[in-house]
Amino acid sequence: MRIQQVGIAGTLESSDITIHIEPNEGKGIDIELKSTVENQFGRQIRSVIQETLLELGITDAYVRANDKGALDCTIRARMVTAVNRAALGSYSPWEVK
Amino acid sequence: MSRLRRTMLYVPGNHPGMIRDAHIYGADSIMFDLEDSVSLREKDAARMLVYHALRTLDYGNTELVVRVNGLNTPYGRVDFEAMVAARPNAIRLPKAETPDDIREADELITQLEELHGIEYGKIKLMAAVESALGVLNAYQIATASKRLIGIAIGAEDFVTDLKTTRSDDGIELLAARSQILFAARAAGIDALDTVFSDVNDEAGFMQEVKLIKQLGFDGKSIINPRQIEIVHRIFTPTEEEVRKSVRIIEAIKEAEEKGSGVVSLDGKMIDKPIVERARRVLQLNDAVKNSYFSTR
Amino acid sequence: MMRNGVGREIPDNILGIGALRPFEKNMVNGMQKNVQPFKDRQRNSERNRVLDSIEAAVLRTGLKDGMTISFHHHFRNGDFVVNMVMDIIARMGIRDLVLAPSSLSDIHGPLVEHIKNGVIRRIETSGLRGDLAQAISNGLMDIPVVINSHGGRARSIASGELPIDVAFLGVPCCDSYGNANGFSLEHGAISACGSLGYAMVDAKHAKQVVLITDNLVEYPNTPFAIPESQVDYIVVVDSIGDPKGIVSGATRYTSNPKDLLIARCAAGVIEASGYFTDGFSLQTGSGGASLATTRFLREKMIAANIKASFALGGITGQIVDLYEEGLIKRLLDVQSFDLRAVESLKNNRLHQQIDAEYYASFDNKGCAAHQLDVVILSALEIDLDFNVNVITGSDGVIRGASGGHSDTAAGAAAVIIVAPLIRGRMPSILDKVNTVITPGHTVDVLVTDQGIAVNPLRKDLLENLKSAGLPVFSIEELKAKADRIVGKPDPILWEDKIVGLVKYRDGSIIDVIRQVKRKL
Repeated sequence: MRIQQVGIAGTLESSDITIHIEPNEGKGIDIELKSTVENQFGRQIRSVIQETLLELGITDAYVRANDKGALDCTIRARMVTAVNRAALGSYSPWEVK
Repeated sequence: MSRLRRTMLYVPGNHPGMIRDAHIYGADSIMFDLEDSVSLREKDAARMLVYHALRTLDYGNTELVVRVNGLNTPYGRVDFEAMVAARPNAIRLPKAETPDDIREADELITQLEELHGIEYGKIKLMAAVESALGVLNAYQIATASKRLIGIAIGAEDFVTDLKTTRSDDGIELLAARSQILFAARAAGIDALDTVFSDVNDEAGFMQEVKLIKQLGFDGKSIINPRQIEIVHRIFTPTEEEVRKSVRIIEAIKEAEEKGSGVVSLDGKMIDKPIVERARRVLQLNDAVKNSYFSTR
Repeated sequence: MMRNGVGREIPDNILGIGALRPFEKNMVNGMQKNVQPFKDRQRNSERNRVLDSIEAAVLRTGLKDGMTISFHHHFRNGDFVVNMVMDIIARMGIRDLVLAPSSLSDIHGPLVEHIKNGVIRRIETSGLRGDLAQAISNGLMDIPVVINSHGGRARSIASGELPIDVAFLGVPCCDSYGNANGFSLEHGAISACGSLGYAMVDAKHAKQVVLITDNLVEYPNTPFAIPESQVDYIVVVDSIGDPKGIVSGATRYTSNPKDLLIARCAAGVIEASGYFTDGFSLQTGSGGASLATTRFLREKMIAANIKASFALGGITGQIVDLYEEGLIKRLLDVQSFDLRAVESLKNNRLHQQIDAEYYASFDNKGCAAHQLDVVILSALEIDLDFNVNVITGSDGVIRGASGGHSDTAAGAAAVIIVAPLIRGRMPSILDKVNTVITPGHTVDVLVTDQGIAVNPLRKDLLENLKSAGLPVFSIEELKAKADRIVGKPDPILWEDKIVGLVKYRDGSIIDVIRQVKRKL
């Protein structure tokens, strides 16, 4: 999949994360993270974001994430939704490959 | 014995905080909602969130139910595809009106179970009727699929369909509740009551719970964890009921050991309905004993 | 032999008694005694303590560089007094002061400038919040802040370990002679805060006492918390605080289901603890779960026909309700948390104002905290040894207060900590807390929204709670439960620099707080 437009998913409520993805053509992955638990979970959040992009085959994207203490499964869900919205795709992790 | 469904806690499907903590309040079932609590623009986000939560989080022994969008909406089919793969205990179909609605859902689940290598019949169904037509078809709906474990009434849409509103004593719902209950009992599945939306009206809520318990309902959908304890308290048998039930079960055992066909206690014959009632009383009582926070 | 002021022959010396000082007549304003009528006498220049300005008071006290000054925190986040007095002192060019308030809040951010400018050299307090706390955690001060418990502060002031040169005490009502109180029976005090329990210690022991009020009332202002005999000067200002920040109308009863869940469980723990008998005593905090515990406990007290002999500490409207229903016989109030509590202190005969020494001091001849059966306390973090942190947040930055936490934990027979298992994504249970305020051996039970843990030192409580069917786990099990949900947080990185010293209530150092390492 390829990021074609801005895609946003998630809310600013506690335990959620807002993911904002936009094209970053030819410049690889850039992640800008703001988190209420930056010191303790910043590393982990970034790696979940990276992993999800890898899984979706995204090589170029600018990701801005505003985290309010989301769990990994929430981060993953919001990432997939944001990518689907930005890439006009319909990646469905439940599909049998 | 089937599991208790005194309380089914609604959890909006696009709310990660509530999804994470849904099980800690001791509800018998959790119902993740992809339907009315999720705006049309967020259907994809909620579906993805609930899918990941169900695949990842540990909810212990709590029964997990997902309320999907109807198959006559653009979201219904994808909801089924995602949720069967996420393997909740049951899928709740909203706005069921005819047995065909149920059969369609049943067949789709069967296909998806096969696709994901899930044992046939593992994913159960619940049906909510929310219209006059649904209520009139209640028995046909309740018997339309072997997957069905419960039939519920959704009052908000129903009273609108009837051209009335909800009242404090619930007179407008009496016939529908009774019909649902007859259908459930005749089909051998659970009867589940609608939500009570004014969380701060504790007295009104208690009155309604007492009413539906007396009617014979197995439990109630609830929208706030604060309501759980109240329902459980009202469904808790009295000590007198428990004592009597223990004696009935003991008398039965004794009679069985002796090989005697007729059982009596205190000079009264104990027949099958009395035994069943006693078993249910003890099950409810055990649930209280084992619940996180004793309600006594 | 000599002739004294009334003409009697008095020997110079008596064997076994020593030198004698003969009586002399003292003249006041040229008169042998003050014969002015009562009203005028209030304005007698010899005795009038009411000064025109805070500057005048600072001058009269002779405040000098390097001295120690104190304040109280009964006005919480509505306090105007600390900033007002410090601005004036700074303008007067006095420097190198030791600031020893009973606590500090968000509103005290302006102190950062006074620290930078050398007006304040050192701080002793119970708590720090907001910008000031953040700046201090980032290494603003050369000398570490000393964190005291309420009882520990009272002890160190009374013992002379922390001598106060001048106490500047905001008082919601006061007469021209210095009788002052946190409420007024007939002169409705706009800045009413109820008990002045922390300020009473300063008034009693400071070398000089300046009262600052916005409500000068008729003499004698009874009842009073601070008596005229302890007061040097009085200054009247327009306003000593923002009533909205001083007390809330009523401490809000939580509707947060998680708090309610914890509260119901905590009430269950009290009921099963073995201490829930007629005449028991209790203290609850003002946090959501702690307050709600009071309500669930009320139901249990009525059902079991049990009455408490007293409730201690910060008093809330919820506790007042139980008093007025006859479920609690007496209230001992060191700090009134809401208007209900202020009103009750004013109107209820057995609602008694107490000072912080009486409340919780470690080495006087007895304090009320040592008479407690049950205390409910909150925690930011707790560790596997049951040590509790209520001062530094999960990011390591100071953002709380020691308060009466370690005092009541040491004093009460059953110490119950209430905390959610997870806050945001942070687990409440850690291998080691970031800062120890209350040592684990004084903590008995942890109640979370997902189960209870009992300190292994308390086998009796463990048995009682288990046999009551409460959901008891080991604290390790609870921790594992939380870690499974949130993952394992990376540890906070610290600089070497020590920014805070945490004193235990006996004056010993229980922990140090280091500067938080800046992100790269």
